[in-house]
Amino acid sequence: MHAVRLTVNGAERQARVIPRLLLADLLREEFGLTGTHLGCEHGACGACTVLVDGEPVRSCLLFAVQADECRVDTVEGLAGADGALHPLQEAFRARHALQCGFCTPGMLMTLTAYLRERPSPTEADIREILSGNLCRCTGYQNIVQAGLDAAAALRAAGVPR
Amino acid sequence: MKFVGDRYLRKEDPRLLTGRGQYVGDIALAGMLHAALVRSPHAHARMVRVDAARAREHPGVVDVVSFLDLGSAGRPFPIVPPHPELRGHNFSMLADGRARFVGEVVAVVVADSRYTAEDARELVDVEYEPLPSAQTLAPGAPAVHDDVPDNLAGRVTLARGDVEAALRAAPRVVQIKLGIGRGGGQPMETRGLVADWNAALGQLTVWASSQVPHQIRQFIGDLLDLPPHQVRVVAPDVGGGFGAKLIVYPEDVLIPFLARRLGRPVRWLEDRLEHMLAATQEREQEHDVTVGFDATGRILALRDRFVHDTGAYTPRGLVVPLLTASMLTGPYRIPAVLSSFESRYTHRVPVTPYRGAGQPQAVFVIERVLDLVARETGRERAEVRLANLVRPGDMPWDVGLPNYRASGNVILDSGDFPSVLRRALESAGYDTLRAEAAAARAQGRLVGVGLACYVELTGVGPFEAARVQVDARGRIAVFTGATTQGQSLETTFAQVAADELGLTPEDVSVIAGDTGGIEHGIGSFASRAAVVGGSAVALAARELRAKALVLAARVLGVAEAELQQTGAVFADRRRLERRVTFAELARAAAGATAALGVEPGLESTRFFQPADMTYSSGAHVARVEIDPLSARVTVTGYWISHDSGRLINPMVVEGQIQGGVALGIGSALLEEIVYDQDGQLLAGSYMDYLLPTATDVPSMDIDHLETLSPLNPLGIKGVGESGALPVPAVLASAIDDALGVRGGRVTRMPLGLARLLALLPPPDAGSP
Amino acid sequence: MRPAPFEYFAPRAVDEALELLARHGTDAKPLAGGQSLVPMMNMRLARPAVLVDLNRVAALAAVRAEPGSLRLGALLRQSALERDARIAAAAPLLAEAAPLIGHLQTRARGTVGGSLAHADPAAELPACMLALDAVFHLRSARAGRTCRAADFFRGLLATALESDELLVEIEIPALAMERTGQAIVEVARRHGDFALVGACAVLGLDAAGICRHAELVFFGTGDVPHVSRAAAALVGERPTPARLGEAGRAAAAELEPRADLHATVEYRRRVAAGLGAQALGRAATRAGMAS
Repeated sequence: MHAVRLTVNGAERQARVIPRLLLADLLREEFGLTGTHLGCEHGACGACTVLVDGEPVRSCLLFAVQADECRVDTVEGLAGADGALHPLQEAFRARHALQCGFCTPGMLMTLTAYLRERPSPTEADIREILSGNLCRCTGYQNIVQAGLDAAAALRAAGVPR
Repeated sequence: MKFVGDRYLRKEDPRLLTGRGQYVGDIALAGMLHAALVRSPHAHARMVRVDAARAREHPGVVDVVSFLDLGSAGRPFPIVPPHPELRGHNFSMLADGRARFVGEVVAVVVADSRYTAEDARELVDVEYEPLPSAQTLAPGAPAVHDDVPDNLAGRVTLARGDVEAALRAAPRVVQIKLGIGRGGGQPMETRGLVADWNAALGQLTVWASSQVPHQIRQFIGDLLDLPPHQVRVVAPDVGGGFGAKLIVYPEDVLIPFLARRLGRPVRWLEDRLEHMLAATQEREQEHDVTVGFDATGRILALRDRFVHDTGAYTPRGLVVPLLTASMLTGPYRIPAVLSSFESRYTHRVPVTPYRGAGQPQAVFVIERVLDLVARETGRERAEVRLANLVRPGDMPWDVGLPNYRASGNVILDSGDFPSVLRRALESAGYDTLRAEAAAARAQGRLVGVGLACYVELTGVGPFEAARVQVDARGRIAVFTGATTQGQSLETTFAQVAADELGLTPEDVSVIAGDTGGIEHGIGSFASRAAVVGGSAVALAARELRAKALVLAARVLGVAEAELQQTGAVFADRRRLERRVTFAELARAAAGATAALGVEPGLESTRFFQPADMTYSSGAHVARVEIDPLSARVTVTGYWISHDSGRLINPMVVEGQIQGGVALGIGSALLEEIVYDQDGQLLAGSYMDYLLPTATDVPSMDIDHLETLSPLNPLGIKGVGESGALPVPAVLASAIDDALGVRGGRVTRMPLGLARLLALLPPPDAGSP
Repeated sequence: MRPAPFEYFAPRAVDEALELLARHGTDAKPLAGGQSLVPMMNMRLARPAVLVDLNRVAALAAVRAEPGSLRLGALLRQSALERDARIAAAAPLLAEAAPLIGHLQTRARGTVGGSLAHADPAAELPACMLALDAVFHLRSARAGRTCRAADFFRGLLATALESDELLVEIEIPALAMERTGQAIVEVARRHGDFALVGACAVLGLDAAGICRHAELVFFGTGDVPHVSRAAAALVGERPTPARLGEAGRAAAAELEPRADLHATVEYRRRVAAGLGAQALGRAATRAGMAS
């Protein structure tokens, strides 16, 4: 067993884990943060995307023990403490960018990281950056539009990088 | 109507966007155990021995179960629906001495964690005697079931008129062979169940990622000998279905069986590799088509003989090939038709409907035929279609072939097919597109434009039920047997109910897919949820409001005509201070005396039993460009005109269409399940089975026409599968155009790169 | 799917990591980005008894741009290839390759060294390193040595690495010519997929426009990337589009491609010819070839 201490959505968490426990399982089963989903367990679908030290990663390909001393952000941390939705979440709702919702947390976390780095993406940029996130319901069109809307909203709000 | 027709934002979204959805994998009960399944590695094998001793000894393992532990629960599942021509076989909870496809469940390990269960699974010793397996549709393959030595699960012929005479009389006759490969629904959430047996209550509760919780309850009741009131099946948030969660699978009864046997909750979550192996698939057919036509391109006769791969079992009987056969003529008037098929067993995963359910194959066939006729007659492709389409004045149009349920003929009830096609052509700027494509081709680019029309069978019965209930606090709950895997029923049914009740969708909670909420239900598939489920909701809500009015009149002591409703309040229109709310009415109804003159409870349950299927229609136009170096196809433009009757929520409808088209692009260009000669799955993970991504699917233009269905109170038609139906056909049409021939070159889907590259002109020498 | 059990170590220094590999021998596997290894572990196709996590060894992720060479630490994330201006300047081939490698999320964890040590036949980085004449620095607890890229890739998923050795640094020599150009092109089924066929080219021209250096490497076409001989024939000539096209096709003719689920032999051969010509053409244009 290894002891891990990490920050999850700004809160310090601890756990004792076996080495092979996936980070996704730590978040879902230990911490009850079931918003991060497992769609393929071999790193192809992107549903499990979370941020580790600000970078979007596939949490099915990281062991919990590797997240020791890291800062992890999941979809549960996107909305404000008062419940106010993040501009991405608002845009997804307004554009009907989700149907079954299973891929959605991965989409949101990927876009959150990407828009910090690239505040003014084109449609082609967003399509390319989302090519590692599979969706079977929407055909992507509304997700891409929501990404563009959110980028504009974040620029307008002057959100710092 | 205030809310029906509105692009109402979804009620599901707040929880799904914030990670507070509850999918089966998110459900954790105290003392819960975890199951891992042992699956056959052979396509056909006798199981000589299952030795679980080592597995049982592994720390953390609670039980290992194989067929011998099942008793009478091990009998084969029912086949739904049956058919007189069907020599059907269905699977059992666990394979009974014989495995018939790679991935068939042979045994199950239950342990204190998923990790442990997977460790122990490797310790289950199964002795197999591999046997030769049937991997082709040709006669002479090894028998999958001993009592069906020729592997013929069913042979059916549907006919209208005398096609042989009509072919002989036709001025022109052409023949073509067409083929479609296997694929699967591939929802992002795989399957899974949590089952909990509460001995104190004598109640089995099952959460299932399924499209058919009521059917699961029925099968559990049957196989585990439990009456319905002791079984509750709930479909929680479900991450997509597309047909992959349409049937009752062995696990759907096995996991509940384990919960009861062990007296502890059990959870099983399918992993993606298992899903690739064992979730049902569809589409594989080989068609031999002969068409007779005249010089103007009018089709006089159509004969299609096809072979359908049904896999190792027939849980859905002959539904898929019957749909292909009966829907062959699409939206076209064809006076003489013969559509016949053989459904053959193979040692592969069973074939049951996935989005489109046999219809994409039919659309592919008829649309390839039309392009072929256009080429042969020199007429433009859209003109040929317009010449053959059923016209509004012909409605309702009797296709002349029995429908797949054998409840009558396929009757196209309503629609305006020529208008839909014209609108698609107009919104695409078809003539300009064609001219630009031709100019591009003259410059050496491989640009093409294609089109395809379709009708879609929707709204199948037998029924759907809805129960609308007002509680003592005035909360409105709508329970439906329809289920949602992303179709937005929590919102659309709330819109329907709100309009009937005079309230807003925020006032209405829709609870779908819970057998505890409504006793009778069927589920979501065949584009039926909004049509049949929505109609039931409308009827129940309408009746509830009628009851509320009667009660309000009684309570306020006025005639009903004197009542006026404003939101949740009923008032005497002459003395508005005399008023009563839904909540108060519910409380009054809760203690209804004979004197009150109404039955207790402010609730209403109604069924909608559609008299017949209702047909949506549409036309797609696509532009593609093929890279001459690699043969990669890029879809550079996509226009859709679509008619699914009244739209409850256009935003939701558009999303369904976009998703359907994306799935269609996958099935045309990227996705193919491939087996080797031993029945081993070669495309066994997402590294090899390629789903379309955001860079593979274009933005689409969608136009709506609403010709109301005469077959239900709301005038709606289904749309869930519409997007998927014509995509292989329209892309084949566009690719043929890009290659500079008109029809007949693309005869197989999916279209692999190697095959397409071979159709391209050879590369020029001397250009970098 | 969940992996089989293993013992886990997270050393903070290279020596510690090497000592662990020496002690555990073939039972141990180093863990870098994990984007190739962990899927195999989840599927139980790989079952190392010991995992030595290299991600805490900060020293392994350094970038040093020196006058004669660019030195990349093996644990450098693939995402750094598209972000680091020094890499874009000294080895633009790598910057151009980066967006083709997997996806945003895999590049955030995947490492340069990990991709090279894994040596997938359809991966971009091994081919790039061959085209760049890279030299790999290998270390074990016993000793350190260098290995040219050309000697490193031995067979399908097989490299010159001994079981107790780590690739610690990649050295990319600067080209001595006046005008250089680099290019990578590939064909994949979908964006981010492994290449069905790919080609990368490095060309160097002298002040008179004569080719003094030419490398063309194919990937996705066989067990290991193929360093073409036909490209070498360009040295001493003034390149033209027609000549480059011819060289690309000749290079492709050297290949004995394999067939798999996604492409036939014929497909790979034909596409390689086109990509070879294209890679050479772009590299030459960037080197200032007169068109």
